[in-house]
Amino acid sequence: MTTAIGSAKTDSMTRADAGLLDIDALGKRFGGFVALDGISLTVPAGERLGLIGPNGSGKSTLVNCICGTLRNEAGSVRFNGKPLDGLPAHARTRLGLARSFQLPRPFASMSLIDNIRVPLLYTVAARGSGRSAPDIEGRCADLLREVGLEQKAQHLPRDLTQVEMRKLELARAMASEPKLLIADESMAGLTHSEIEEILALLLRLNDQGVTIILIEHIMRAVMSFSRRLVVLVSGRKIADGQPDDVMRDPEVEKAYLG
Amino acid sequence: MIFSFDLLINAVVSGVLIGGFYAAVTCGVSISFGILDIVNIAHPAFIILGSYVAYIFNITFGIDPIVVAIVMTPAFYLLGTAIYQVYYLSFEKRGQESLRGLAFFFGVLFITEVTLVLYFGVDYRYVEAPYIGPTLHFRMLDIPLRILVPFLVSLLLIAVLQLILTRTFIGRAIMAVSQDQLALRLLAVDPVRIKRIAFGISIATASLAGAFLIIIQPVEPSVGREYIGRVFAICVLGGMGSLPGTVIAAMLIGIVESLTSTFYGPSWAPAVSFGFLLLTLAVRPAGLLGR
Amino acid sequence: MRTPVFLLIWLVIAAAVFAGAVFAGNDYVFFAGYVVMQYVVLSTAWNILGGYCGYVNFGSAAFFALGAYSTVAIYKFYPLPIPLLLVVGGAVSGLVGFGMGYLTLRLRGAFFAIATLALAVVLETLVVNWDYVGGSRGAYIVRPEEIYPFGNYVRYLFLIMMGLAVGAITVARLIERSRLGYGFATIRDDELAAEACGVPTLQLKLIATTISGALMGMAGAPFPYYIGYLQPSSTFGLEYAVNSIAMPLIGGTTSWVGPLVGAVLLGSLQQIATVTISSAVNLLIVGCLLVGFVIVAPNGIIGLVHKYFQRKPDDFVGRRRVDPDAPEAVP
Repeated sequence: MTTAIGSAKTDSMTRADAGLLDIDALGKRFGGFVALDGISLTVPAGERLGLIGPNGSGKSTLVNCICGTLRNEAGSVRFNGKPLDGLPAHARTRLGLARSFQLPRPFASMSLIDNIRVPLLYTVAARGSGRSAPDIEGRCADLLREVGLEQKAQHLPRDLTQVEMRKLELARAMASEPKLLIADESMAGLTHSEIEEILALLLRLNDQGVTIILIEHIMRAVMSFSRRLVVLVSGRKIADGQPDDVMRDPEVEKAYLG
Repeated sequence: MIFSFDLLINAVVSGVLIGGFYAAVTCGVSISFGILDIVNIAHPAFIILGSYVAYIFNITFGIDPIVVAIVMTPAFYLLGTAIYQVYYLSFEKRGQESLRGLAFFFGVLFITEVTLVLYFGVDYRYVEAPYIGPTLHFRMLDIPLRILVPFLVSLLLIAVLQLILTRTFIGRAIMAVSQDQLALRLLAVDPVRIKRIAFGISIATASLAGAFLIIIQPVEPSVGREYIGRVFAICVLGGMGSLPGTVIAAMLIGIVESLTSTFYGPSWAPAVSFGFLLLTLAVRPAGLLGR
Repeated sequence: MRTPVFLLIWLVIAAAVFAGAVFAGNDYVFFAGYVVMQYVVLSTAWNILGGYCGYVNFGSAAFFALGAYSTVAIYKFYPLPIPLLLVVGGAVSGLVGFGMGYLTLRLRGAFFAIATLALAVVLETLVVNWDYVGGSRGAYIVRPEEIYPFGNYVRYLFLIMMGLAVGAITVARLIERSRLGYGFATIRDDELAAEACGVPTLQLKLIATTISGALMGMAGAPFPYYIGYLQPSSTFGLEYAVNSIAMPLIGGTTSWVGPLVGAVLLGSLQQIATVTISSAVNLLIVGCLLVGFVIVAPNGIIGLVHKYFQRKPDDFVGRRRVDPDAPEAVP
């Protein structure tokens, strides 16, 4: 049986197995409502992790706690061995943790290419890579090309369709040259071929060494992309293992089919 | 600094009474800012407007200022709904309320104040009524009637407002609109209409608060400015949108201001409420996401 | 256009304006011009925090007054030359700006705005109760009659304020075209997303409040010499707050051009109105223009100009570039 309960697995791991991202008994409440209840998860470097769960199960809250947008009350998050407690979101991004937002949050007053430029200026440059202006310019164009938005480089986000905004979200997250990228429902509303495009893009990124956590509702995409699947229901992790095994888990079936 | 028990007791009682009045001044902002999330910093200007309206009718016809205010409440309500409509169409709808909405109200504050200056000049105006002048003496307490009467009517006003907010459909819709607009729509209630009504009520309270003000002290157009900080301090301290909280916070500020004024001098009093405000804001855990 | 070129061009323009004023022969031009230039600085300073970052500061008067009162405090000790006073005023107000930012920038926009108002009143109360600078009675500064080689002291003051104005717009433009400008814009657009992109929002906001405060303080430093008699009620007056908000909003908040246009137009209008009608009507005009523009033309005059030349429903302006040698991108 490969469905493992999170904390047990972490306990049995040795130091050498500690992942790129280590979440230990993470808890978050909003007033009386428990959004996350003791989530533990280890993501090794290079992993392709799929995170699924019904609406309201806490997936986005988990992402927010990992990335520093929200502060967790209990538990801890470690990235590359470094504890993230108290670190503001921008510092976590600079360490190599990037995320796209479920509801796209573009910078409305800036062109697409300027949107992409921001992470390059503030994250990549802050790491001291010493890029020249033409380099940055080229990189912005490259990123837009990868998501198929190069034609609209000078446009404002308001001129984009919902689908294009999701692609911009993804491109902006990629622009910070992360070690770990969390893609939060980037594929909602995309056509079959567009989904294939994004999946190919994410696979390419993964080949280049970027660890990816894919949060999705589109099962086909999740199943084909993930090497490992985690299921979140009502703030708790109920399954964690090989995708096929997880989907056959009776608890998971119950959660999805009621 | 001579410390005398008499002075202390009088200062505290005075603070409580003034606090009641402050609550009436603030309850409008508790609705517009605490519940509707509209930063109407022009609210004090409407209060001053209320003062002058009371003044005109009192001087011309000899009508009691509070009676004037009650009669004028519908007019102020309509003014409030009109202003909200402009605010909504120009800013809320476009999502620009943070910078431009604020600037809008700031402009309204100025226009109101300056128009009053142009019309009435900068002389202090005061009203006349039978309860302005006499003072109640009770043991060591000296309670001027002109402060006691507004205090009592203020509490009445707040009580009525609280009843409206908790017992009537409109009132509960107003409370709901700040929390869940979608749910309201599903109930076939237009959130914009609810907010318009709420803002109208908020400005309507200014009519009464203005009458109270000019009963308590002589008024000239720039008097409103010292209330801007007070009003938001009380609203924030009182828990944003809670009327009982507003009353308690108002009395607290009233007492501290009164004590400061009595023992340190009136020139320090403005710093009290504004200082309170800063302290409250600094200590509050409100961050980017928080409220 | 590289910054030194920009600076040079504007210094030349300023010199020309000064020469023109001298030629006009009427000393009133210098008195009025000083106020207009002062507002150029105040609006530009306000816009750095308000227009670029989206954080509304209602307390402009406080920073301005702090600069003025620093001058008074030093004057009682020993009257320093004005350029040094500028530095002191800027330093004091910059420090207070930093402090205010530290206390309040964690707050949501609306709370921040209210906090700035509160701070202004607290500072005013402190000054009113500080007898060394005259308290509520006010303070006198004796303005020298003449100063070599400008002759009339007011001409000297006007020149200084013009220089400061040129400096202010240069700083604003420098910020716009730098990485800082991008950072500020992201804070205005979406702070959460900005953080996620690696923008250290708190740091940047602190930089904004410090620079903004410092410039306002510098605008206030020569004021006691200009006015001769300094009173807290008028120095801390809400008129400064209204103008420093109205001018950028009317001119346009997205670039250094807006506050300049707004200040020159509105400032001149006010000078004329104060003399011909009354100062109360003057404020009424400001209030009405502010409300009018904010409702009808949210992007100000430069927004309107852009709309006219673009004939597109797109009413936004200002493409910022990191590389100052590259051509401006046309939206």
